[in-house]
Formats: sequence, C-alpha cells, structure tokens
Amino acid sequence: MLRIRNLESGYGSLKVLRHISIHVSAGEIVAIIGANGAGKTTLLKTIAGLIRPLSGEMLFEKNDMMRLSPENIVSSGCSLVPEGRQVFAPMTVKENLLLGACVQFKRNRKDEIAEDIEKVFGMFPRLKEREAQLAGTLSGGEQQMLAIGRALMARPKLIMMDEPSMGLAPLIVKDIFAIIKKLRDEGNTVLLVEQNAKAALAIADRGYVIETGRIVLEETAEELLSNRDVQRAYLGRDVDAETKI
Amino acid sequence: MYWEPERECMDREELRQLQLEQLQATLSRVYLNVPFYRRKFDELGIDPDEFRSLDDIRRLPFTTKNDLRDNYPYGLFAVPLREVVRIHASSGTTGMSTVVGYTKNDIKTWSNLVARVLTAGGVTKDDVIQIAFGYSLFTGGFGLHYGAERLGASVIPISSGNTARQIKIMQDFKTTALVCTPSYALLIADTIQEMGINMNSLSLRYGLFGAEPWSEKMRKEIQDKLRIIATDNYGLSEVMGPGVAGECTERNGLHMNEDHFIFEIINPETLEPVAPGEVGELVITTLTKEAFPVIRFRTRDLTRFIPEPCPCGRKTMRMQRVMGRTDDMLIIRGVNVFPTQIENVLMSIEGTEPHYQIVVDRKGALDEVTVMVEVSESIFFDEMKKQAQLVDAIKKRLASELSISVNVKLVEKKTIERTEGKAKRVIDNRKI
Repeated sequence: MLRIRNLESGYGSLKVLRHISIHVSAGEIVAIIGANGAGKTTLLKTIAGLIRPLSGEMLFEKNDMMRLSPENIVSSGCSLVPEGRQVFAPMTVKENLLLGACVQFKRNRKDEIAEDIEKVFGMFPRLKEREAQLAGTLSGGEQQMLAIGRALMARPKLIMMDEPSMGLAPLIVKDIFAIIKKLRDEGNTVLLVEQNAKAALAIADRGYVIETGRIVLEETAEELLSNRDVQRAYLGRDVDAETKI
Repeated sequence: MYWEPERECMDREELRQLQLEQLQATLSRVYLNVPFYRRKFDELGIDPDEFRSLDDIRRLPFTTKNDLRDNYPYGLFAVPLREVVRIHASSGTTGMSTVVGYTKNDIKTWSNLVARVLTAGGVTKDDVIQIAFGYSLFTGGFGLHYGAERLGASVIPISSGNTARQIKIMQDFKTTALVCTPSYALLIADTIQEMGINMNSLSLRYGLFGAEPWSEKMRKEIQDKLRIIATDNYGLSEVMGPGVAGECTERNGLHMNEDHFIFEIINPETLEPVAPGEVGELVITTLTKEAFPVIRFRTRDLTRFIPEPCPCGRKTMRMQRVMGRTDDMLIIRGVNVFPTQIENVLMSIEGTEPHYQIVVDRKGALDEVTVMVEVSESIFFDEMKKQAQLVDAIKKRLASELSISVNVKLVEKKTIERTEGKAKRVIDNRKI
C-alpha cells in the first residue's frame, strides 16, 4: 500500500531522516518505535506532506506522493492523527468531525458525511454524548478519540498516528490501543509511531526501529518484543541488572 | 503445501522492497556493532547511509572463511555474548574452527526457515521424523530438530551412527521422514537389504538430505531403495545452518529463502556477477540475523540460478544442487575436511616426511579416507611394533582434529608421485 525508499527529509539544512525505506501492506498495523528525536514524527509529517522530502521515493498505492500537497495526500486516502491531538479547541465535537470531512465535502458526497459521523459516534459513544461540547473542554482521552474520529471522516485507506498515547493515563492508553486494534480488525491499515514501544508492539503486526534517522531493525512485532536491544532501549527492561543476579 | 505462503509466494517487487529495507537495517547494525565491518567499510570509503538500491550490494566487500577465522571466536558477533543463546562451530582450514552464535530470535527464525524447507519437502506435522544428523557443534542436527519441532512433527533425535539401531527405531517408531546425509541414507538402504528386512514393514515416505554433494543418480537410487521422495536442502553454519534453501517435491532445484538472505552468484576469478543461469560461486548476505550477520559471504560452493518459475507456485528463486567447490575442501560423510588440516597434523608428528596424499573412496555408500604418508627410512628398518605405534598415533591425532576416522598408511620415502608445481594432495575416487 505504502512504499518508501531512501527517503531523506528534515528541517532546513538539518537532515533528520538519513535514508528510510519502509513499507506498509494493506490490513496491517506497522509500528515505528524509537527514542525521542530519532525522526519518528518527521517521518510521519513527511508522508503527510507537511514537510517536503529532500529525496527518495514515496509511493501510495503505486502513485507518487513526493510532490503532493497535504490536502491531496489526504484525498488520496492517507490521513494523519497528529501528535498532541491538535483538535480545534473552540469548536464543538461535531464541528471538528465535519472539518475532517472536507475531502468528502469537496467530492460532493455530503450524504455520506452524516453517515460517517454516525459511524464515528458508533465507535466512540463518548463523543456522541459530547456532540455539542467544545473540543477544548474534553479530557485528553476524549480528545484523542476525536482526533481519530476526525481522521476517519476522510475515509482513509491508511491512518497514520503520531504518539496516540502521549500524555494519557495508563487506563486511557489501553482504551486507545484497543481502538487502534479494532480499526485494523475492521480492515483499516495503520502506521503507528510510538514511544510507548511495549503497547505499540503488543497490537502491531510488524515494526521498525528507528535510530538517529536510520532504520536499524525490521521484524515482526513479536520478534521485536523479544529482541534484547529493544527491551533495553525501549521497553524499560534492565537486562544488565537481570543477568548479574 | 507452503509453510509461510505470504513469504514464499511473495510478489517479486514486494520482496525487493523488503530486501532493501532489511539490508539497509543490517548494514546500519553491522557498521554500528561489528568493528571488523566498520573498519572494512571505512577502508573502502563505504557509507552505509549511501546504500540506496539492492544493486549497491556489489560495492560491499566480501567476507571469507578466513575473516571468520581471524576473528575467532567471537569477533564478528553483532550482539554481546549474554544475548547469545546458542553457539555452533564448523571446521576451519588450520584447525581453528569458525564460531557462530544465535540470539533467541535467531533460533526462532532458523526454526521457522527449517520448517519451511521441511514443508516444501513434503513433511507435515503428522510425520514422525528421524534426525540422523550429528547433534553437536555441527548445525545439522539441532537445526533440523528445532525446525521439525516448530513444524509440529514428532521428532526422534537419534543423532548419527549405529545403523542397525537406526533401522530398528525406524521400524518400531514408524518413522515417516528421514533426515541425514544422502550417503548415509544409501548406507541405511543397503543395510536394510542386507538384513533382509521387508521394505513394507517400514513407514518411510520422505527423505530430506543435505550437508554433502550428491547427484541425480544417487537420488534415484535412494528413492528406489527406500521408496521415498528424496529432496535436497542446503545451508552452511557461517550463514545459519540448514534452512537456507531447500527443494520442493518437484525436485528440480532448491528454493532460496530470499526474504532472509540475498543470494548472488559470482565468477570466482573476476568476482563479477555471472549472467543469469550461469555457473559460479554462491555468495550470501544475511538480512535478519541478529547475533551473527554476514555480508557477502563467499560460500565456495558452485551452483547456478534457475530463473524459470517453479510449478509449485513459490516465487522464490531456485538454485541448482551444489555442483562443486572453488577451494580444496572435501566433504567426508558430511564433515568438512581441509587437506591443510591433515597436513598440519602430519607436520607435528616426528618421523613423518612432508609428503602425503589423501585418497578418498566410496565403499558402498560411505566415504573412506586413506592418508598415505612418507616416513623416514629408519622406521622401515625398525621393528613392526614401532610402525604400528606411529600409525596409531597419527590416526588418533587425525581423528581428534577432523572428528572423523581415517585410515593411515605409511609408505617409503619417494614413493608418492612428485609433480612439478602444485602437489596433487588429494585423489578423490568417489563417483557421486
């Protein structure tokens, strides 16, 4: 579905991504894990068109997306749930969702929009209850649900999520990851960027480990979970201390 | 039947993408974690970041068995030893073996690939599989064992040797699949005939053979005598062990596990890739190994790619059964033997001259090695007892060095034919 080869990207003269090659096949959850500053968010922002890549290849369903604008990337079926939710605080829940539907609106599929809102409300009953509430007054977990719902309104083929667990209570994190898994089970494809490697790998099919702008590992999620380097660096397991005993 | 259809029948373009991703990750890791590779890359001015297409692999340096030996024992490991859960070794040219390690994940991957090869060879979880490879530092026994368990078959870890017992167990335990070297399979077949056992009393259906070169003629003989489907499989410890490639029941070339290795075939003289379908030396790069990745390992095995698609539906490229070696390594009953190993032993024993010859024969199904060595004249005038002692001493030393038994024959000075230029050390009379 998504195929990236030798992608280089960054900010101004600062090259963050060295040469990233990854792929996402239809129906999988692919997790990208790595430390702060490794380039995870830069990668998602580059795919979403928010940062212009320096070089490389990006194909989405065989279409070149290197030069597409963010809105064209969304309408080609690739939506981003941004880091820190970024819901429109002074607008209501419903208005936020409607903004996510601008692609459908442009396509003149207004009839489908109402249907999609009902679908999102079906998935997140909490949002339905707070339909007319201002987004800024929602809890963190609810805002995350709203951000996901907003992305779904564009009827994406690929949903990219940037740190969906960020700043959420552990119990809420569990809910959010259950939702992501459910999205996949319903046939969606998810590219997930997370610092919470354990939670991400628990639901992912495959994963990449990114270090200083380079992919250093590509394996099934199960293999990554049992990789000791990954355990030490990202799963908070003190392997060294254990072996001393 | 496929073990992992999504990988074995993968679209070629998708496979190339996966290979590129994994190769880039592997290069980043070896550059970071293995000083040997970092030094080599730096010397040649190779920046792993500049690696952009699979064709760039040609710019990378080769790794040889000598490199492995020079870094004995753990120098090429890419992870600390505490993450290694298994260590294997294979014989080297000067008595120093080459050591390889596996992480937990490596063992998982290895088992999976062996399960794939077993499945391709017709074996399923309902089979009773008798593994008559040695369980030792040699990767054959444990490699097949873990793979067969992963598959879910019932595994009989009988190890090698004691043919009569092998046959008894084969009868009593109703073995359906046999794993060993092809020459040992023939010996088993011949012994069954000699013992007057009715083939109908056996349940054998499949045989998976490897670890030494064999021929179509041998395959036919094994299949006729044991009434099985006999497939060839390929692997080497430096790269992983068994599970690198294996035949499907079409029995026309070995499917290479390209989602875990990159295979190249080069001209051993020019080191350039040969044209598709031409014979050359197989070179392998690992893509998923954690503990012991190798970059462009020169296997010294001669083979060729079979570019035509296989009727079995797998899309992985096939290689022809190994046709020979580019060095002087001999494979005796599945064990790698280098003439230099024998030479080193002879040199260290007093009373021997530096002239020797290694004669390899095949008696029935088994390889037999006779080392002819010239000794100083004084010994021949001495009593027989001294001669016998010397023969015994050489035999023992060779057996411990080579881990196989060989015959030793003392000959008078100047009886071994002298040639101009390179001495003819090995006479291989085997007709495989």
